[in-house]
Amino acid sequence: MADLSINFAGIKSPNPFWLASAPPTDKEYNVRRAFEAGWGGVVWKTLGLDPSVVNVNGPRYGAIYGADRRLLGLNNIELITDRPLETNLQEIKSVKRDYPDRAVVVSLMVPCEEWAWKQILPLVEETGADGVELNFGCPHGMSERGMGAAVGQVPEYIEMVTRWVKQNTRMPCIVKLTPNITDVRLPAEAAHRGGADAVSLINTINSITSVNLDLFAPEPTIDGKGAHGGYCGPAVKPIALNMVAEIGRNPETANLPISGIGGITTWRDAAEFIALGAGSVQVCTAAMTYGFKIVDEMISGLSQWMDEKGHESIDAITGRAIPNCSDWKHLNLNYVAKAKIDQDLCISCGRCFAACEDTSHQAISMSEDRTFEVIDEECVACNLCVNVCPIEDCITMEEMAAGTTDPRTGKVVEEEFADWTTHPNNPAAVAAE
Amino acid sequence: MTRGTRIDGIAAGRLEAEQYTQNFGDLYTPLDRHEAQVASDRCYFCYDAPCVTACPTTIDIPLFIRQIATDTPEAAAKTIFNQNILGGMCARVCPTEQLCEEACVREAAEGKPVQIGLLQRYATDTLMGRDTHPFTRAATTGKTVAVVGAGPAGLSAAHRLAMHGHDVTLYDARPKPGGLNEYGIAAYKTPEDFAQAEVDWLMKIGGITFKHDQKLGAEIALDSLADQHDAVFLAIGLSGVNALGAQGDTLENVTDAVRFIDALRQSDKSAVPVGRNVVVIGGGMTAVDAAVQSRLLGAENVSMVYRRDQSRMSASTKEQDHAAHEGVRLIFNAQPVAVHGSGAAQQVEFEYTVDGPGGLTGTGETFQLPADQVLVAIGQTLGAVSVDLDGRKIAVTGAGRTSRDGVWAGGDCAAGGDDLTVTAVAEGRDAAEDIHAYLSA
Repeated sequence: MADLSINFAGIKSPNPFWLASAPPTDKEYNVRRAFEAGWGGVVWKTLGLDPSVVNVNGPRYGAIYGADRRLLGLNNIELITDRPLETNLQEIKSVKRDYPDRAVVVSLMVPCEEWAWKQILPLVEETGADGVELNFGCPHGMSERGMGAAVGQVPEYIEMVTRWVKQNTRMPCIVKLTPNITDVRLPAEAAHRGGADAVSLINTINSITSVNLDLFAPEPTIDGKGAHGGYCGPAVKPIALNMVAEIGRNPETANLPISGIGGITTWRDAAEFIALGAGSVQVCTAAMTYGFKIVDEMISGLSQWMDEKGHESIDAITGRAIPNCSDWKHLNLNYVAKAKIDQDLCISCGRCFAACEDTSHQAISMSEDRTFEVIDEECVACNLCVNVCPIEDCITMEEMAAGTTDPRTGKVVEEEFADWTTHPNNPAAVAAE
Repeated sequence: MTRGTRIDGIAAGRLEAEQYTQNFGDLYTPLDRHEAQVASDRCYFCYDAPCVTACPTTIDIPLFIRQIATDTPEAAAKTIFNQNILGGMCARVCPTEQLCEEACVREAAEGKPVQIGLLQRYATDTLMGRDTHPFTRAATTGKTVAVVGAGPAGLSAAHRLAMHGHDVTLYDARPKPGGLNEYGIAAYKTPEDFAQAEVDWLMKIGGITFKHDQKLGAEIALDSLADQHDAVFLAIGLSGVNALGAQGDTLENVTDAVRFIDALRQSDKSAVPVGRNVVVIGGGMTAVDAAVQSRLLGAENVSMVYRRDQSRMSASTKEQDHAAHEGVRLIFNAQPVAVHGSGAAQQVEFEYTVDGPGGLTGTGETFQLPADQVLVAIGQTLGAVSVDLDGRKIAVTGAGRTSRDGVWAGGDCAAGGDDLTVTAVAEGRDAAEDIHAYLSA
């Protein structure tokens, strides 16, 4: 049986599944239930200084749906905890006392002044919490007050505040990054320079989920107006994966632990974040959609996969995909593939044909009896047909063996690797060694 | 089961009042908005979709389903009505399992097609519920067209012709318009007087004058219609029925199923007499409709006997399953030899058959079924009409042109095509377009 336990930047947890700082971790009642359900840890919903913030009294969430109203993306305009600091601290202490084996990390957001951090850190430390997470990510509301993403968008501020925190507490410090920047490596480097023990990402993405066409106002609408919110859920996973990989690939931050966040819904999502360098993962939208019970599937699925593949621990798989995260210019141009349609699986919907004929390379033929076949002479292996086919594995990309001739180009497929850096069409090409 | 079902002979009122209401209510529950959204999500929006090819009226099914999915069922209905003005009725009576839904790629993928029929009903019910008519009539052309027969083909043609600005006089032999929709199909397929509501809605296009109780060859004649109008469209259906041709077929309570259904449709169900033991002879939709409705009226035993094997039955598997579910006993490979009884029918004698290369032959082995009532549903025939025939139906070329200049025909009375509501609608529409081109030339 694979060992799912982790030691993430000094914070121990029986499994890598943590609930992210958000409404599910806003109070003792929820967190106790989450731990009973099997979650390995929580990041307590962000604490601030009293007086506590207030939330809107209208809708806080907006949604994007897939088929059958499957929730794909969620947007929120909720702020940090709106409960008194002391209430939260007492509850954190109570929970941690009863669940010593679980990770309890406390998210913090206070003004960008050292006195504020000096004031709150000892209070958190006193609860027995395992670490703190600095919320430099919230893109709405708090950022208007110079906190959250307003800090996370300025690397110098990140470095400065992180340094204050490290100077004022013994607790491990995770810096939570905003994706609302152009290059996520810079804030990660800043956190690293400031002494952060880890980074977590991504926080939510600036978004308007929809527009109410009767009111001509963004959703969620409060008394006829809307404000941008933070986007999360399955729809943001690809963006989050890339950002996690960027930090993992960057030599400056290569050894900085990462807590992966962004649309994690199943064990497979979690495994993908771990493969790209995450040492723990944080979940929110999936729990908000389906409840705490989803962690059962995450644990069983990850365990089964690790057992089947012979991976003994989370450490053994963390970052395993990083060496294969390359740049376009280093992709092998001598790798040639062709789409292949399995006629036994094909249901003749013709979506591959419409996609290829209308928007790609006219590389699929259609017969009178609705048989769809790939025209190898035209196929560039773009994969669009695979992506639009409703039947799994009906269309596959088959690699052409070296020595065979690509009917599209008339060229023999070469065994040797050759990328753009050596391609004759590249004005900056260098001769192959 | 109530005591009423065990009364011998033919009797009305075998059931309690609420049982009639329940039995003759909607056969299929319509989709609500949520269900329609879920069902529409399943459509793959196929290229050159097979369902469209399979639809006799060529409705753009992927488009209307996408319009439902995007919460514009009114636009979906317009897509349907553009091709099939009786899309509401067709959503109820089409054998979709043999047409669009059989062709659906999800039938191939999972054995569960997209619920095209129910989605069509959702869209058309939504728009028809608005009580507005989605089409406007072109400026009047001054041309007049006689449409003979106010069934699906005639209504379809009349609407299309009126829309193009022609003045249509719609004649029917019966008191009410609708044809088989009103008189010929099972009540549970079109409850709450949908057939008349649909005609009323269709007539809102304007320019159509309905004349009832006008039978071709009696009150009206083709020659005079052709003289009085610029064109004539014959949609007279099949007014005759094939006789059983077996000994005893003139005994009391041996009737044709078409008449039985006709009377049932126009009556309070509790007033319709039905036998304790009913035998229906035939293997088509009319036979199923008669057999099932006999059960729903409270007949204790209903058998439906077809002379060939099951695979040859024209009633679809779904219809057969429905009949079996309602407790109808299906018997195959048996042909009627004689109806026995003194005065009224008491038993029907059948002989088993073998359907070989040389045709249908009797095996000599016979059996008898008790029968207070025998309903014959072995096909309908064309009434007398003075145009050339092709076999037993009116010969047509192109879009319903008959041998006589200026006279078109479509629907069940015309040769070619299946005898389906949806086929009749398509033929009426296409003939109307051809007449319009002819009148515009």
